[in-house]
Amino acid sequence: MSNNWYMLTVVGKDKPGIVASISEALFEAGCNFGEASMSRLGGNFTIMLMVQYAGEIRRLEDIVATVTRRLNLRCHVDAIEGHLHAHREPDVRISVYGPDRTGIVAHITGTLAKAGLDIYDLESDVGGSDEKPVYIMHIEGHALHGIDAIRQALAADQAPGIQTHLEEIDTIIG
Amino acid sequence: MAILEVLTIPDPRLKRESPPVERFDASLRDFIHDLEETMCSSPGGVGIAAPQVARFERIVIVDVSCKPKIKNHGRLVLINPEIIEWQGMEKGREGCMSVPDYTGNVIRAKTIKLKAFNESGELCSYDCEGYEARAIQHEVDHLDGVLFLDRLVSRRTDLFQRKVYQDKPPLKPE
Repeated sequence: MSNNWYMLTVVGKDKPGIVASISEALFEAGCNFGEASMSRLGGNFTIMLMVQYAGEIRRLEDIVATVTRRLNLRCHVDAIEGHLHAHREPDVRISVYGPDRTGIVAHITGTLAKAGLDIYDLESDVGGSDEKPVYIMHIEGHALHGIDAIRQALAADQAPGIQTHLEEIDTIIG
Repeated sequence: MAILEVLTIPDPRLKRESPPVERFDASLRDFIHDLEETMCSSPGGVGIAAPQVARFERIVIVDVSCKPKIKNHGRLVLINPEIIEWQGMEKGREGCMSVPDYTGNVIRAKTIKLKAFNESGELCSYDCEGYEARAIQHEVDHLDGVLFLDRLVSRRTDLFQRKVYQDKPPLKPE
C-alpha cells in the first residue's frame, strides 16, 4: 500500500446507505481507510475520512464523484500528510451547556485557548426546543499549562447562564 | 526476574477465560514477580492480568500508588479475585498493554467490594473506589477474556444525555 494519504470530505442531505455506497466504491478501487469521523449534523450527513490510495488525486476524486453524484452529495479531496498511530491522549474534558445564543463557542474556547488548552476533539449539539434551544458542547484536549490553569480560567470567566464542568481524564493503562 | 511478552490483539488467547489458581507455591510467587516487572515496564501501567502474558490463571496485579491524591491500597496481588458488590457508575478513559495505540471510554462501577487471595494464599477483602476500582475491574475482565474494547461507549455518549441507568451491576461479565 502506498503512503499517499488523502482526506476525503463528503457532505449532503442524509439518507440511508451513504457510508456503504462510498466505502464500497473506494474498496473496489483499492483504497485503504484510516481514521474517520462521520456524523449526522442538522439533517446532513458529514464524512471526514482518511483514505490511502496509490493513484493520483484526480482519479480518487473521480471514483468518489461517481457515487456522490448519484446520492446528490458534495465531496472534496485533499492530499494530506497522514499518519496513523499518532494519537495524543487528552488529559482534560470540559462540558458546557446553557441557553443557546451566539458567541458561546467563541467565548469559551477563547478562555480555554488563553489558559493553554490544545483542543483535540470538540463536539456540540443543540437540544431543547425551537422556543428554548440549549447548546451542549464537549471538548477534550491537553492542558499545556496544567489543568489548574484551565480550571481557574473557567471559574474567573463565567459566561452568563452557561454551565461548565471540568473533568480530568486520567487514563488507566492495564 | 524477567519481563514477559505481552499478548496483543488480535491474539485469540486474550478472549480465553482463565481457571482459578490452585497451588500457592514458590513458582507462583516467581511468576508474580515477573508479572509485576512486566507491568512496571509499561509506561503508565497500573495493572496487569496473567492472561496478558499467556498464563491462563486468575491472577491480577494492581498498583495505582504512583498516582497522587488517589485513595489506594498500594500494591495489590489479587488471586482468584471475586467482585462481590458494585455501587454507582462513572465513565472513564482506559487503555491496555494488549491494545496498543488506542484508548476509549468505559463505564465502570465507582466503588466495589472484592475478595481475593494474596500470594501467601490468605483470603483478603477490599473496599476500593474510583481509579483503583476501575483498574481492578479492567484487570478482572481479562480473567474472563473480556477487553475494554468489549465495553466501549461512544465518545459522544456522556452522562448529560437522558439515560435510565439501573442501580445494579451491568458490568459483570455474562
